[in-house]
Amino acid sequence: MKKVKVAILGSGNIGTDLMIKLGRSPVLELTSIIGIDPDSDGLRRAKAAGYYVFDGGLKPYLESGVDLADIVFDATSAKAHIRHAKALREAGKFAIDLTPAAVGPYVVPSVNLGAHLNEKNINLITCGGQATIPIVHAIGSASPVSYAEIVATISSKSAGPGTRSNIDEFTETTAHGIEAIGGAKKGKAIIILNPAEPPILMRDTVYAVVEEGADRQAIVKAIHQTVAYIQSYVPGYRLRSEPIFDENKITVFLEVEGAGDYLPTYSGNLDIMTATAVKVAEEYAKHAVGIGTGI
Amino acid sequence: MSRDIVITEVALRDGSHAINHQFTVEQVSAVARALDEANVPYIEVSHGDGLAGSSLQYGLSRTPELELIEAAVSVCKQAKVGVLLLPGIGTIKDLKTAAGLGVGMARIATHATEADVSAQHIYRAKELGLTTVGFLMMSHMAAPEKLAEQAGLMQSYGADVVYIVDSAGALLPDQAGERVRALKQCLKIPVGFHAHNNLSLAMANTLVAIQEGANWIDGSVRCLGAGAGNTQTEVLIAVLDRMGIQTGVDLYKMMDMAEEIVSPILQVPQEITRDALILGYAGVYSSFRLHAERAAKKFGIDSRDILIELGRRKAVGGQEDMIVDVAAEIAQLNSSTKIR
Repeated sequence: MKKVKVAILGSGNIGTDLMIKLGRSPVLELTSIIGIDPDSDGLRRAKAAGYYVFDGGLKPYLESGVDLADIVFDATSAKAHIRHAKALREAGKFAIDLTPAAVGPYVVPSVNLGAHLNEKNINLITCGGQATIPIVHAIGSASPVSYAEIVATISSKSAGPGTRSNIDEFTETTAHGIEAIGGAKKGKAIIILNPAEPPILMRDTVYAVVEEGADRQAIVKAIHQTVAYIQSYVPGYRLRSEPIFDENKITVFLEVEGAGDYLPTYSGNLDIMTATAVKVAEEYAKHAVGIGTGI
Repeated sequence: MSRDIVITEVALRDGSHAINHQFTVEQVSAVARALDEANVPYIEVSHGDGLAGSSLQYGLSRTPELELIEAAVSVCKQAKVGVLLLPGIGTIKDLKTAAGLGVGMARIATHATEADVSAQHIYRAKELGLTTVGFLMMSHMAAPEKLAEQAGLMQSYGADVVYIVDSAGALLPDQAGERVRALKQCLKIPVGFHAHNNLSLAMANTLVAIQEGANWIDGSVRCLGAGAGNTQTEVLIAVLDRMGIQTGVDLYKMMDMAEEIVSPILQVPQEITRDALILGYAGVYSSFRLHAERAAKKFGIDSRDILIELGRRKAVGGQEDMIVDVAAEIAQLNSSTKIR
């Protein structure tokens, strides 16, 4: 099968990690990296790796006239993505949005991987959302969830300036995702930065309130199945312990160890985003080739 | 009346931890009215973990905090009601809602080394016309220079005051003093100090902080705060009065309301229990106390073991989920040692 061409918008931590992961894809061919800072480590690495490098942002790339990608990953910021989304749509590109901008519909692979393949823009919510929403959904598949709350704790070192200057976007977008994709009637999200040295792995806790008399075995089974599925594309994703039941409240402790591609292994929060982006792009590429949309 | 020291009463926020977030509108109205009559200038009212803190992670509020805030605002004639906000838990939206209820002060709290997450919130609080305070929690975990640098960030975002917050009640008097000194050297704005009495040092540390130039001071009446409570407000008023330092607060009215209104709210009198002592000794966030006691009971282990382990793992404020996680681990370790 002919590989589908892709480009990355943004040369920060996420963009650069994505670059390394895409290099391993059997389905996708990374051609170009688009940044704004020619001195950034990401663009320097991209140049060294032989990719086309654009350091003037998205506009010159789209105006370059060469068709270098059908899928564009946006790893910039929510604010920038609102601008990018419009330009990419007009250029007919499929945009995978890794910012919390939420212009397009949310995608969480274990829940709705195939749902929006005919859209032109999909959003990956947040790192905490990708780690926890699948669990909320798994619990919900066994018993309706009236309330779900997640707590994501990440090392200070892995929280970039984008996350820090706009932390409300994390809590709001994640809470919305817990409801819209996780299926909880009401969702809430909390994020905590921990500066301990050596840096801690990403930790996520999911609390879910289910109906009285819910089938605990079915819930545990659904959680394990979901964890195994996520492990197929995020190998460092795991349960820290068996789910804990307390009357009709379930607590699930998770931990995400990164693959250590560009970012160190403690950055599970960034790793789960880039790994998810690749997973979604591969699915889209297979779908597009399968139905012969001309990609 | 001029005030040398600006007192903020935190019982209706920090005290929320001590009573599992069970405040009622009647209690809050009665306490706020009495504090206002005693001429306390600032009264903080929120869930213990700030706006939107009501959660499974921290404990659900019996009464929606906005109702409590509204009640406090409605009874205050001179005092300003303040709210606490921890970015990552509460949002600017919550802040705006609170401001709409007539709140006069916002305190934006971050871990001692993470001040940069507060930029937007401080900026918006100022824009909403609120007295805006930066609140550096778990200050014992950061060296004085680091703390001064972080306080400088909050000043640059527009904060009117920056507090050194000894959330774990772990600071020794010389450590409290050197931190205030470091901030005083770098900042143009006033410095505040918030203590916890886990090592019985709240009053001593507060006096050292004042000596070093801090002039915004927190207290909780009858020690109604997390852990062993804070610097006891009515006692502080008496001590400062004896030292010739003006707070503008009426001592007799404070003593009376402590005895007649606040004491009955306490489920048990505030004292330095072994768990409270361990918080200060291990350097653990004071609100972990009751959560650790519950987890210890559930898993049949010693709550002190949980708290010491959390201190060793450098848990920060807000990581209450680690308590059950660590308790489960200790219980498992204990049972496997027994089998062997």
